[in-house]
Amino acid sequence: MEDQDFKLIIRPGRSEFHYWHDMWRYRELFWFLSWRDILVRYKQTVIGIAWSVIRPFLTMVVFTIIFGKLAKFPSQEVPYPVMVFAAMLPWQFFANSLTESSASLINNASMLTKVYFPRLIIPASSVIVCLVDFFISLAILAILMVWYSFTPDWKIMTLPLFLGLACLAAFGFGLWFAALNVKYRDFRYVVPFIVQFGLYVSPVGFASNVVPEKWRLLYSLNPMVGVIDGFRWAILGGRSELYWPGFLLSSGLTFLVFTQGVRYFRRTERAFADII
Amino acid sequence: MPIIKVENLSKKYILSHQQREAYTALRDVIANKFKAAGRKVLHPFTLHNSQFTNGSHEEFWALKDVSFEIEQGDRVGIIGRNGAGKSTLLKILSRITEPTSGIVGINGRVASLLEVGTGFHPELTGRENIFLNGAILGMSKAEIKRKFDEIVAFAEVEKFLDTPVKHYSSGMYVRLAFAVAAHLEPEILVVDEVLAVGDAQFQKKCLGKMENVGNEGHTIFFVSHNMEAISRLCTRAFLLNAGKLLIDGVPSDAIRGYLASSRKRAGQVVWAETHSAPGDDVAKLRAVRFIGDDDSVITTLDIQRPLKVSINVENLKPGTKLVPHLQFSNDNGVILFTTAFNNDANSKELPVGLLEITCTIPGNFFAEGDISLTVSVNTYAPVLKAHLCEYDVLTLSVEQTGGVKGIFPFDWPGVVRPEFTWECQTS
Repeated sequence: MEDQDFKLIIRPGRSEFHYWHDMWRYRELFWFLSWRDILVRYKQTVIGIAWSVIRPFLTMVVFTIIFGKLAKFPSQEVPYPVMVFAAMLPWQFFANSLTESSASLINNASMLTKVYFPRLIIPASSVIVCLVDFFISLAILAILMVWYSFTPDWKIMTLPLFLGLACLAAFGFGLWFAALNVKYRDFRYVVPFIVQFGLYVSPVGFASNVVPEKWRLLYSLNPMVGVIDGFRWAILGGRSELYWPGFLLSSGLTFLVFTQGVRYFRRTERAFADII
Repeated sequence: MPIIKVENLSKKYILSHQQREAYTALRDVIANKFKAAGRKVLHPFTLHNSQFTNGSHEEFWALKDVSFEIEQGDRVGIIGRNGAGKSTLLKILSRITEPTSGIVGINGRVASLLEVGTGFHPELTGRENIFLNGAILGMSKAEIKRKFDEIVAFAEVEKFLDTPVKHYSSGMYVRLAFAVAAHLEPEILVVDEVLAVGDAQFQKKCLGKMENVGNEGHTIFFVSHNMEAISRLCTRAFLLNAGKLLIDGVPSDAIRGYLASSRKRAGQVVWAETHSAPGDDVAKLRAVRFIGDDDSVITTLDIQRPLKVSINVENLKPGTKLVPHLQFSNDNGVILFTTAFNNDANSKELPVGLLEITCTIPGNFFAEGDISLTVSVNTYAPVLKAHLCEYDVLTLSVEQTGGVKGIFPFDWPGVVRPEFTWECQTS
């Protein structure tokens, strides 16, 4: 058979030539799925929005009491709740995205076995849903800042860049977990552990400068360290210094996880319908 | 220039006997790695290959060396028994799963309708689900908007557009779902057994719609067990058996081949193990039997004697209201009737475990000839779902011994032959 005679050729192991073109063609499906998940989420639970407010808020209160009041960690001359909340934002977003996207393929199994579309859309749309929660939390941060009469400086304009980095990290890890979850169904027990563990090894309840200087580069191997430090730097202004070598290392790792995640996902997605 | 060309298409599945589920567990993988490492340490000079040593895997060819060419405007019916490879073929053509070997060339946009209402969400309203489902089936937002009124009118759900579909009756649900799909306008439409749902009138409407789609020059692949629909709708038909393409020709040839192949008679089918039995995590079919009035399994029935159909269903989930359906059809593929248990308004939750459900059909009811039985087990809430559906699972030969036909010397017309009360009085 002459390949050029046909617009579409299906053969085993062939990496989809039209993949990115298809992604673009199915962009509307991507928005529809995100829209569905958002709609369902806020329809199903009466406390849908309240829940996304209460959770980060209570965590912030507890962290402020434990790390700020009891352990008396330095607060970088910023109200401790504001400092904690600036880190809660990306962390909650990352944790939620990871949880949601790792379960997303399994939850949409009936779609995977009945229709064709680039599978990348499903974990991507669950990240978008978490982005809505993120913006709700961002509003709480604004209220907190008004409450403590805290004014950010020009650096807050760079926040979208760091949000982009957070998305990349969340999506990158989400892709790995989603694909692994299909293949190894008991992988879902690992996810809550990673999320819980990550909260303690990431600088959420404390500033990352409490980590001794000589360990900081090692500490930055955690991709969320770069994201959280970036958020603090942008939100808290000059009062939070960015540790550049660590930040670059973290960001580099995030990119690596993301690109490898896409590769692994695309390599395994052809078999999803058979094993799910 | 064909619109679709398929060469030596094959698809292999690996069946694993050890596990009930298709997926692997990470803990097993890790445990096996350790075991293999342990074996290597203990017996360093023997060859180890996990695939062959545990012997629990078996290859299964769902499709084997299938080749064909389709011209634009062909309406192809695909028939065959359960497991013949029909759905696998559709899934490869619609790019849901990839073939193990072989090659497919396609010139045109493929839309697949393998299930009605894929992606429907019970919490969303009818309006929202139309947009969502349309997008899932590959329609653009503008396209859906343009056809929105048409879809709503076709589904006859105008009044309930802003009601969440979880409050819909299953009839409405199916109508809405099919209406969206019916307004797809791809170059190639791939349809799997979706007409098995919905009431007769709606089915007729759907068939009509599909006929129109076909007449407009679109290419259709259509899997069905409904031989009438195949012969009416299709210009060409494939008969698949055990993954091979047996017949590629006009529908009547393929249908004749199919009916001949399913006429081998057996009085019972038994699935000894749960994992290989048809069904899902709610219900499994474990046995189907034809039983005569002497309580023995039969393959031929005296036309005047009653028939007992016994099905063994394993109910796996507490609190489900299972509704088993039995459907009888004759050797022309005409459905004679359908009967169901637990089918009324106050249907009961059936006990968990292996259930034996029997249905007795009186003597003097069937007409003579071969009849075949289709068994399905369904639940109606939240929406209609068939947990299993075994087409033509058993065939029974009904023997003429007298009865209603009496001494009439020629064919006695009619698909059933019930006995009625006659009276004659002088007035």
